[in-house]
Parts: sequence; structure tokens; C-alpha cells
Amino acid sequence: MTDIAQIDPIAALQDKEPQKPPRSQWKDVWDQFRKHKGALFGGGFLIFITLFVILGPLIWQIDPQKLDIRNKDIRPIYTWLWDGDAKVSWNRPLGTDNLGRDGLANMIKGGRTSLAVGWAAMILALVLGTLIGVLSGYFKRLDGVLMRFTDLVLSLPLLPLLLVAVTLFRQPLRAAYGPEGGMFVLIVGIIGITSWMQTARIVRGEILALKEREFILAARSIGTTPYKIITRHLLPNIMSPIMVSATLGLATAIITESALSFLGVGFPSDFPTWGKMLADSVPRMTEYPERVVLPGIAISLTVLSVNYLGDGLRDALDPRIRGR
Amino acid sequence: MLTFTIRRLLLSIPTLLFIALVIFMLMELAPGDPMAQVPLTVPPEVKEKMREALGLGQPSHIRFFKWLYQFFIIEPMVFWDWMWGTTYTEGVQRVISWQTRSPVMDIVIQRMPQTLWVVAMAYIVGVLIALPIGIYSAYRQYSVFDQTGTFVSMIGFSIPPFFTGPLLIVLFSVQLGWLPSIYDTTHVVTDWASFKVQFMQMIMPVMVLALQTTAQISRYMRASMLENLNQDYVRTARAKGLSEAVVVMVHVLRNSMIPVVTVIALGVPAIFGGAIITENVFKVNGIGQLLLTALFANDIPMVLTLTFIFAILIVLFNLIADILYGVLDPRIRYD
Repeated sequence: MTDIAQIDPIAALQDKEPQKPPRSQWKDVWDQFRKHKGALFGGGFLIFITLFVILGPLIWQIDPQKLDIRNKDIRPIYTWLWDGDAKVSWNRPLGTDNLGRDGLANMIKGGRTSLAVGWAAMILALVLGTLIGVLSGYFKRLDGVLMRFTDLVLSLPLLPLLLVAVTLFRQPLRAAYGPEGGMFVLIVGIIGITSWMQTARIVRGEILALKEREFILAARSIGTTPYKIITRHLLPNIMSPIMVSATLGLATAIITESALSFLGVGFPSDFPTWGKMLADSVPRMTEYPERVVLPGIAISLTVLSVNYLGDGLRDALDPRIRGR
Repeated sequence: MLTFTIRRLLLSIPTLLFIALVIFMLMELAPGDPMAQVPLTVPPEVKEKMREALGLGQPSHIRFFKWLYQFFIIEPMVFWDWMWGTTYTEGVQRVISWQTRSPVMDIVIQRMPQTLWVVAMAYIVGVLIALPIGIYSAYRQYSVFDQTGTFVSMIGFSIPPFFTGPLLIVLFSVQLGWLPSIYDTTHVVTDWASFKVQFMQMIMPVMVLALQTTAQISRYMRASMLENLNQDYVRTARAKGLSEAVVVMVHVLRNSMIPVVTVIALGVPAIFGGAIITENVFKVNGIGQLLLTALFANDIPMVLTLTFIFAILIVLFNLIADILYGVLDPRIRYD
């Protein structure tokens, strides 16, 4: 009893000073993310390659389309290391192709297209998938119809259908938006509308679980409209699975675009993408292996880094794994 | 289980019809004209006759039902005739390719063995490599083997087959000269020497396709094993004094195989899709290559039939995966 009397009542009522600065959720996520070396490498490489294709043309100002037939078939500069007689030039660090177009400038331009297609298709698929997932998770009446539809689309043979759609719709879209714009719209649209299903399923599952929680009931009880409940309470809570499926979507979109270009149904031949450059160089790859290897490595490294980023994000965003 | 299987089988009929409709409508909406290659000097009435000869004279819904009838009734009857030597289908109209003017299914049957050889072989090899890797990396989690295995499978996951294919060709056909770069489909195996040639030409396409399979399946196998290795029944089995081999290879493996088997079944249609690219790289004269040439030649009946065959594969293997899951896992009860 005496102990209590000795404590200063005013001081006892005061809040204790926190020992450490408060930790936000995103700080925890970052701490976990940092432990995954592959994810750090992946994120770093993705930022690097994005900056490379965005800022590249400002630094390396050679027009990728410029034909320079006198300087054709220059080997990359590193060939000189083992072959002193190789035709190399410091002005063309990655060599030139059979029409004398600069290799480095083409890599930058091609990467720009590949990444732009990847990002745009991923965002389109993500928006579609989230929309369908939220609608079918939140509104019970739509659930049956939308999920049956998702199942049906999942059982479509996607690569053959992509090939069919691109070949058949190439002409009118080219006429409408120009040869490059039309192809971009077509490929992004087609990859987008054939890859939203996984996201929709994941989002629906998360929404179904979240919908029954008390905070949603509370929000509904004070008269929040469904639209506000979805945008303010549900969507922020399902950001992590959406982000993870975004990384997967980016990787598949880049691969799909390159595969289409490789099969000869992608962008027109004077419009480089990594897949197109790879496909165009295959017939002469015995003499000039670098023209196959460089775009191939660029595609593979980008996809690898995106996959690692997704792995790291999945670990970092899952609160059950975090802190272990 | 039986009622579930029957229900799923019945349900797959509308699914397949819907898919057929989607593919058909896609071709209908597309602006490509099969008469585009015909010279302008051909008079319009002759062109009209040619369109009718191709079966284009009627409205699209009638053509759709005719195609369905031909695909689902006539073609199986032709197969029956061929099997038993009967003559039910003499003089009946079959699905005709616009390129070659011969029945589509005959060409598909001709091309199928090449694809099946390469694809099936690749899948079996891929699975056989993947399972031990997955098991061992899970058993020795975070060991050097596990780290390398995970890294290599991540790389295999990320490198597209249209890059590994040319890479292997440059390395093994051009630099080392060990393997042929083109798959010779006319090659017939008669003795050991010709078998060796067949084996050599199959190595590269099979390995390229198998790399993708291995990467995926070994990841699943590892995750599934890891989930089971920490379960109570494993501790019980060890406590009973069972040997480590029995615990891992019998108790844990059997439980871990349940999800992996379904993944293996679900992956079969996807590898047929991947075969389109691999066949293109190694010039295998299979159905993927057939689809590509038919597409570029605007051969709509061929494209329609081939895409639909791919769809049947997907629906069939989804069904197989579901049934296998129910058969293997007694905890799953569908009805």
C-alpha cells in the first residue's frame, strides 16, 4: 500500500515516452524485403533497365533506324578481347547489324517497346482482374456468373488464340492507329484480356474473406456506400496479393510479347523489340551470335529480376512470414 | 466420385461448345478474306463460285453448326471406318483444309506423332528430373544443393524457350557439332544406328521443353514437401523408429505427391502451347508448326480445328486433374 502512495499520481497518469520511433507497416515490409537478396537484386535491375531504356536515348543519340551500310556487321567491342582481327569500333560498342543499324541504340529502343508492352498489358490485366474479382467477391448476385465466365476463359487455349487474334486483326488496327501504334494497341489489348483470370480469382478470394470482418460491418452500419467501402476499405487491404500478381503479370507479358515477335506475328520488322531482334538474328546466328545472345539475355534478365522481385514481395507482404 | 465424374463430364460439353463458339466468332469477326490471294482478273461470279466451293456461301450460324456436325459426328465416324474397315462415311463431306484441299483431320493425324514424341518425351523427362530435385532440396532446406536448385529453377522459369533453343543450337550444333540442329521427321527407326540418330535429334528439343517443366514442377514439389515435413505424423513416424528413407520416401512423399500430381496433369496442355515455339525453333514438322503455317495462309478450317483440339486437351486435363485429386486425397469429397 505504501508503494502506491509514493508514486506521483500525476506522473503515473502521463503517457510513457515511446522508446523507439513508431514502426509503420511499410517499414516492416521493407525490412523483410531487404533480407531477400534475390529480390533486392531484382528490384535494382528492374529500376536500372527501366532507366536504361528511358534515359538511354538522351545519352546515346544515334538513331536506331539509321542505315549505315558502310559500317555493317561490326562486332561488339568485347569480341576484340579474343579476336584481334574482328571488325570492331568504339563508336559502335554493341556492333551493327546487317544493314548497319547501331546495336546499342536498337537495344534501347527495343527494350523501350518490350517494357512498355509489358507494363501496359500488366496494368490492363490487373485492372480487369481486380474489377472482376471485386465485383464477384462483393456482389453475391454477380459471383456465379463472373466465376463461371472466368473458368471458361481459363480453359481457352491462349497461345493459339493469341496467334489467331494477332494475325487476323493486324490490318484494321494498323489502318486505324498507324503501323506501330496499331500493333501496340493490339498486342497490349490481347495480352491484357487473356491474362486477368488469376488476379480475378485471387482478388475474389481475398474480398470474400475480408467482407465478413467487423470493420466492413461497421462501415456499412454508418451508411457507407458499396463504392466507398470497396475503394476505401477493401482495396487498400488487398494491395499485397495484387502487387504480387502484378509482378507475375509483368513477367508473362514480356515473355508473351517476345514469343509473338519471335513467331513473326508481332511488331513490324523496322520497329525493334527484344523478341523481334532475337528472331531476326536467328538465321545468321552462327556468324553473329551476339545478336541473338544480347536481346535474349536482356529478356531473360528482366524476367528473372521481375520473378525474384515477386518472390521477395510475396515474402515481405505476408505478415505471417514477416519478422521470422 | 462417379457422380462427380459424370457431372463434370456433362459440364464440359457446354464449356467446349462455348469455346468452339468463341474461336469461331473470332474468325468470323476478323476481316481476313480467303479470296484475297486470288488475282483481280478473276471475274466476280467465278469468285462467288469459289467462295461457295469453300463452304462460305451460307450464313455464319449455319456454317458453325455444320462444322460442329462434321467435327463431332463425321470425324469420329471416319475414325471408326478406318479402325474397322466399314464404309459409313463414303462420300460424306469432311472438314476440308483450304490450303491442301484434303481433310484437316488426316493432316493432323500425320503431324501428331512428331509432336507427341517430342512433347511427351520432354514432359516425362522434365518430370523425372524435377521430382528428385524437389524432394532433395526440400529435405535439405537451405543447403547448397537447395540454393543452387532453387536458383537454377528460377532461371529455367525465366529464360524463354525461343532463347534457350537458338543458344543450344549455336553451342551443340555449330560450335561442337555433336547434335543436328534440324529435326528430321522423315527419319525412320529400323535398327540401332537409326535409333541413335533419332535419339540425337530429339535431345535438344526435348531438353528445351523439359527445362520449363523441370523448373515449374520442382518448385511445386519442394513447396509441397516442405509443407508436409513439419507435420505431426512425420514426427510420429520417426518416433516409431522408422528409417529415414521410409519416413521421407513413403510417408511424406505420398502425401506431398497429391498436389504435385494435379499440377503435372494441369501442365500437359500448357506444354503443347510451348511446343509451338519449340517446333518453330527446331523445325519439327508437328501440329504447332501446322497451326502457324495455316494461320499465315488464312486456312480457317485448319486453324479452327487445331485451336479446338488444344481446347479439348485443356478441358480434358482439367477434368483429369480434378478427378485425380479426388481419388488420391481421401480428405477431398466432392459429393
